Amino acid sequence: MDENTIICRCSDITLKDIRDLIAQGYVTYDEIKRITRIGMGPCQGKTCGQLVLREIANATGQNIADLKFHNIRPPVVGVKLHLIAEEAVKNEE
Amino acid sequence: MMREVELLIIGSGPAGLCAAISAASSGAKVLILERSFKPGGQLIKQTHMFFGSERQYASHRGVDIAGILLKKVAEYGGQIEIMLNATAVGFYEDNVITVLKDEKEYFKIKAQSIICATGAYEKSLAFPNNDLPGIYGAGAVQTLMNVYGIRPGNRVLMVGAGNIGVIVSYQLMQAGIQVVAVLDAAPRIGAYLVHASKLARMGVPILTSHTVKEAIGTDCLEAAVVCELDEKFQPIPGTEKRYDVDVMCISVGLSPLNELLAMRGVEMKYVGQLSGYVPLRTETCETSIPGIFVAGDASGIEEASSAMAEGYLAGLCAAAKLGHVPADFAQRKEEYLKQLEDLRSGPVGDRIRAGMKISQL
Repeated sequence: MDENTIICRCSDITLKDIRDLIAQGYVTYDEIKRITRIGMGPCQGKTCGQLVLREIANATGQNIADLKFHNIRPPVVGVKLHLIAEEAVKNEE
Repeated sequence: MMREVELLIIGSGPAGLCAAISAASSGAKVLILERSFKPGGQLIKQTHMFFGSERQYASHRGVDIAGILLKKVAEYGGQIEIMLNATAVGFYEDNVITVLKDEKEYFKIKAQSIICATGAYEKSLAFPNNDLPGIYGAGAVQTLMNVYGIRPGNRVLMVGAGNIGVIVSYQLMQAGIQVVAVLDAAPRIGAYLVHASKLARMGVPILTSHTVKEAIGTDCLEAAVVCELDEKFQPIPGTEKRYDVDVMCISVGLSPLNELLAMRGVEMKYVGQLSGYVPLRTETCETSIPGIFVAGDASGIEEASSAMAEGYLAGLCAAAKLGHVPADFAQRKEEYLKQLEDLRSGPVGDRIRAGMKISQL
């Protein structure tokens, strides 16, 4: 039933996807992010973060507190590109 | 022209409002950013009476506490400004914050000092078909009901018997919506007994050592299968029960919301006792970067009462660093620290005290 359990709602990544990747040796959040885009959608990792870290911890026998989450970058929510461009132009004037 | 402010507070929940009142009373000029259309954070949807001590307005309803705090804010007139529908979306090295307002304006604010009082977000749960429409966070359902007056559905299964799960269940019943059961993986009810008893008296079963096995439905939630757990939290075969429900509320805890601090580069650490990644901070709520403070759930999940006490403390100390040192600074600081110590005393506070120790700078 793992293929019907959604871990990342933003990019539709299932528990099966995550477990398969861990089994292939992708054992950090960042590595799984590079391949699946988890953590890069509208929620920026707030839905999947702890679920993925727990899967990694269980599979590798590590403590979740010792694992590394991804680097968090702006913006925290979606911002339309034209708004950013307009602000940049204003600053140049 | 970039707007420059003396003290910027991100979030107008209990921590942010108290920080603003505290800093303004010392003489600081404050701008609060609030992403919602209404100030007060999660207080505005709390229709139940709070526990705790009188200083944190115990036996008032949360929504009324928001009113009391906003009245105090108004007393400071031009010293405190609340900007609504304004989300802080970026936090940069030179203490510049980028803001998205009304989803159509994007601009920068530079602050001499910043208090991050951004609160928390709801944790999610992994089970088959957990993406069916009708499956919500319990807090989201509370917002739908108590802020927007929207009925989420007709028959509800509540997953999680902590305070939020039990309180939202009671409020659903008050709104005439049937809660078929409340379940929790733990062998004991996490909520305060007063709240759990109210539900039990209404005939709602609270099933401990139970979890969701799967959700069932094609276009939206139609039913949920639950099962019993053994003492090692493993499902016991043959104990499955099916509930026909159109709403499932997930209430399995909150995580601190502090991604702005993380992107600014303050030192962060995963602390299980505080429910997630938290910034390291001093006794006076200052992070590893001087002049950047944190208060409330953003620094570790507790309750509104401690968020308020932390807000007062952070506001006092942030203002003092900006040169606004009131004559009674030492007494006020001691008073807020004492309030926090009292709120975190006793066996319930064990976990919080342990977490605070780990995250202390």
